[in-house]
Amino acid sequence: MDLLTVLQVLDSTVRLATPLLLACLAGMFSERAGIFDIGLEGKMLAAAFFSAAIAAVTGSVWIGLGAGILASLSLSGLHGLASITFRGNQLISGVAINFLAAGLTVLIAQSWFQQGGRTPALLSGGRFGPITLPGAEALREVPVLGPIYYELISGHSILVYVAFACVPLTWWILYRTRFGLRLRAVGENPEAVDTAGISVIRLRYAAVLICGLLCGIAGAYLATALQAGFVQDMTAGRGYIALAALIFAKWRPLQALYATLLFGFLQAIALRYQNLDLGFFTLPVQAMDALPYILTVVILAGFIGKAVPPRAGGEPYVKER
Amino acid sequence: MERMPKWADVVLIPLISLLLAAVISGLVILAIGEDPINALNLMVKGALGSTYGWGYTLYYATNFLFTGLAVAVAFHARLFNIGGEGQAMLGGLGVALVCLYLPWPHWSLALIAASVGAALFGAAWAFLPAILQARRGSHIVITTIMFNFIAAAFLNWLLVGPLKPRGAMDPSTARFPEAVHLPSLHEILAPLGISFSKAAPANVSFLVGILACILVWVLIWRTRLGYEIRAFGHSEPAARYAGISPTKITVITMLISGGLAGMMAINNVMGEAERLVLNATEGAGFIGIAVALMGRSHPFGVFLAAILFGFLYQGGAELALWTNIPRELIIVIQALVILFTGALDNMVRMPLERLFMALRRRRA
Repeated sequence: MDLLTVLQVLDSTVRLATPLLLACLAGMFSERAGIFDIGLEGKMLAAAFFSAAIAAVTGSVWIGLGAGILASLSLSGLHGLASITFRGNQLISGVAINFLAAGLTVLIAQSWFQQGGRTPALLSGGRFGPITLPGAEALREVPVLGPIYYELISGHSILVYVAFACVPLTWWILYRTRFGLRLRAVGENPEAVDTAGISVIRLRYAAVLICGLLCGIAGAYLATALQAGFVQDMTAGRGYIALAALIFAKWRPLQALYATLLFGFLQAIALRYQNLDLGFFTLPVQAMDALPYILTVVILAGFIGKAVPPRAGGEPYVKER
Repeated sequence: MERMPKWADVVLIPLISLLLAAVISGLVILAIGEDPINALNLMVKGALGSTYGWGYTLYYATNFLFTGLAVAVAFHARLFNIGGEGQAMLGGLGVALVCLYLPWPHWSLALIAASVGAALFGAAWAFLPAILQARRGSHIVITTIMFNFIAAAFLNWLLVGPLKPRGAMDPSTARFPEAVHLPSLHEILAPLGISFSKAAPANVSFLVGILACILVWVLIWRTRLGYEIRAFGHSEPAARYAGISPTKITVITMLISGGLAGMMAINNVMGEAERLVLNATEGAGFIGIAVALMGRSHPFGVFLAAILFGFLYQGGAELALWTNIPRELIIVIQALVILFTGALDNMVRMPLERLFMALRRRRA
């Protein structure tokens, strides 16, 4: 394998890791506040559809992004209503949201566009195009570093850079701000937060809405940057892989970056080499598909370090009277 | 003191939730420019208007009976088995191996062996998540989700590789031999002088499903194990204090649950397709969640809910045939049922409880 092939695989790793990273950070805000969210998949799917649909109609990808985020936020609101206000089962609410998005997106797509549950292909104005970073063309001829800068770092859409910028931002919010401290506290011991006179309900709603915002960006990226339009079930389990990455990262931002890059790399390999010839035996593509899930089960089993979720996760908070 | 009478909890709340789901589905149909009343008419006529429609309704209902019971049994131990889909896929593998590689003189013997094979494979797929939950505290919801994906990848590999007959084009196993053909409802009812559609796939496994309902009822409410499962579900510390081993109950409950989900394969794989195809489960494992929630985890409730979802499935297929409403409408209805009977349960319950308390106070 020459340098160019390696760079192409890594480049596609970055593209494929981006939606996983955004969804993983989204799940982190929610779960760190004690609200389990297996509805990441559905929120991404809804955002993917609405961003592509609105971008196709208006011709503006930015309005599309806004619509995608709004769609994701409303599903977040529903999750909050069910799991915070009505103290329902958070897992069941997540399952319902996934199905709601899977069904409604096709229903609405068929009603609006009559193209068998997809949106029209997006033209250039309706998509996030690649951004060439300053100096990329000039440095292209520099050996080794030039191609790395040109192929790998430059030439992604704006949302990729947003996603990567979200990693330090999330770290800073969670570990260096008062809001982050309270958010983590509410996921571990909501009684203590309540005793300090801070609203558990409001904090958890804030966390759930941040989760919706990030899922919205992730979904919009899928439909308007990675691909040119929405197709049925286009998230294809990415929400669950992001959930796996979140556990893999043990609910920490920097590790989430590593985990999603690893899973993105596996997807990139599976995309490029259908069956990977390792010399002594051939690894079928299905093994590559299953690997993120197998790795997550191994991590969950605690054989390679133990993944301990936030302590109050999944439990609705009932205020003492 | 009970906040409201038992009948309200068992009958009224599911009915109100169902009504809410139906009203919102109607609004969705209106919003996409179709007529909800006409849609309902078409669904009823298509699913219940002929023995052909009934044959499909009962066929789908059989799938949901098994997956619904699977989720319900786990609910009794307060375990959320979201892995019915993967367990049913593996059940299909068990059925296929029994039917393809063993010679069978008669379908009845084959059905018994296939049921055992399906249950064993389904249970085996639930075993690892169960033991990891019991011993290492790994969250069973996450592990069973992961096992769904692993099962899909595994079957995908088997069906494009080792199990595909030489020279075949589509990813599936060879056709099962004629001897393991299960009698359809047409063949069962014809000797009794009742005419039933020949083309519909409902078959003898519907009766097995009803038998499974009865057995699950006996297990949960009439055996020591069932008592232990319910005790564990109500309060783990209390169960442990009473000498019930959490590990044992978690593992056994999940094995039963996985086995039931796996047994769905005698209907869709052995009864209908008569070979194992890619994605044979078609989401029935997930519908089991809606069915169990709707049926309040009681076998009789599960039975009614399974019939209801069978109706929705067949009716939805008819709708897609005659109108512009895609089949995905059923997924929306399924989501709404899960939402209202599961997650938003308190939204329906709290006002009702207040109402009943007010009524009681007035009477007193």
